[in-house]
Amino acid sequence: MEEKTNALLKATPEQVLYAKILEKGMYLGLLVLFITYVLYVLGVIHPYIPLNKLSGYWSMNVHEYLEHTGINAGWAWIGMLNYGDFLNFIGVVILSGVTIICYAAIVPTLLKNKDIIYAILAVLEVIILGAAASGILAAGH
Amino acid sequence: MRITGKLWIMMVIGLFSLILCISPALAKVPAETATAGHAWWFWPIILFIVTFIMGILAVLGGVGGGVLYVPIISGFFPFHLDFVRGTGLLVALSGALAAGPGLLKMNLASLRLAIPVALIASTCAIIGAMIGLALPTNIVQIALGATILGICILMVTAKKSTIPDVPKADRLSSILNICGVYQEASTGEIIDWKIHRTPLGLGLFVIIGIMAGMFGLGAGWANVPVLNLLMGAPLKISVATSKFLLSITDTSAAWIYTNKGCILPLLTVPSIVGIMLGSFVGVRLLRVAKPTLIRWMVIAILAFAGIKALSKGLGF
Repeated sequence: MEEKTNALLKATPEQVLYAKILEKGMYLGLLVLFITYVLYVLGVIHPYIPLNKLSGYWSMNVHEYLEHTGINAGWAWIGMLNYGDFLNFIGVVILSGVTIICYAAIVPTLLKNKDIIYAILAVLEVIILGAAASGILAAGH
Repeated sequence: MRITGKLWIMMVIGLFSLILCISPALAKVPAETATAGHAWWFWPIILFIVTFIMGILAVLGGVGGGVLYVPIISGFFPFHLDFVRGTGLLVALSGALAAGPGLLKMNLASLRLAIPVALIASTCAIIGAMIGLALPTNIVQIALGATILGICILMVTAKKSTIPDVPKADRLSSILNICGVYQEASTGEIIDWKIHRTPLGLGLFVIIGIMAGMFGLGAGWANVPVLNLLMGAPLKISVATSKFLLSITDTSAAWIYTNKGCILPLLTVPSIVGIMLGSFVGVRLLRVAKPTLIRWMVIAILAFAGIKALSKGLGF
């Protein structure tokens, strides 16, 4: 009885797996974000929008900002990674993307445990987050 | 030691109020004029200081960083609401990512409870983000102000139940096998928990998700009452699962804002770092602070920011 209670007190294998991936992704994302930011603000890698010009744009709405700066929305930043400001997006994407990896990783464990409903829910979550990440769901002013 | 701690808290609140009061945006100066005359590094530094203090207050006041960030930064700083919401989501997301792994490993956050809830909340957060980005800014600002004032009322009136009485698990939660066991550290008691009213609870996460995405707020203020008071999860499980849940809900909305271009790294990174460092200090100050007093101060600051957002939206 006591053994059963002790077992129930522990996190399930899929929960532990999820936590481990989330932790690694969080640390990696924050580290990358910090390093790229330092490179950006110290001017080691030149930004697309000069730092002293940025204040002229941040009071505009995002539509006007993109129009005035000639920046394309979505994943266009990948083609601009040679600029210090866009380099910071790598960290943002790691932080935003780690949850998708966590969900995808627990699906095999759920299937192995014959937890079909939760496996389906996890796959659906991957699809939903994947759709949001892909940029196909667009909206704007 | 106690006096030093209290002095620290008073100084922190004083500095926070001072910065907000001297903020050019508060002085009704046009944004262009407000940002002119300052070197580019002035804003990230001031943002770092404000978010650092915000992180301390969030911990002491028992609220998430995101719910303080959006109304205060959009109300008192010259940045457009689009960028503030995008950053607000990343601020809430980072806090949830930092806390999530530990809570899951300790089995306080329940993945079993979070997965169905998160699927609904994250889907609706995407819809909320799309609505929020499509609506005119002043409408969003008015709705944000009204929501923040609603959160203040919720904070004042909402009760908490450490271990709610759940006589019988409902059919849906039984099918999904949403239940668990945890040990209350203070008493050593083993608590066997289950939930009820699952369909209604999941329905409310439709609204919570939309609001989180629309305003860029973390939604802990709404998650906890629904999980705890309505669905009957123990308070500790509700708080921990809510914190973890934000890492999923805010992720979906954050992608929409990121893909739309609402991320300015110069503002985002100092905000994330400021809030996280402030939270670490806040946890240390928690030992000497009077939570009730701080909570009232946080409610007052939020109410002020809510009124500011309303007046900004209405053009006063």
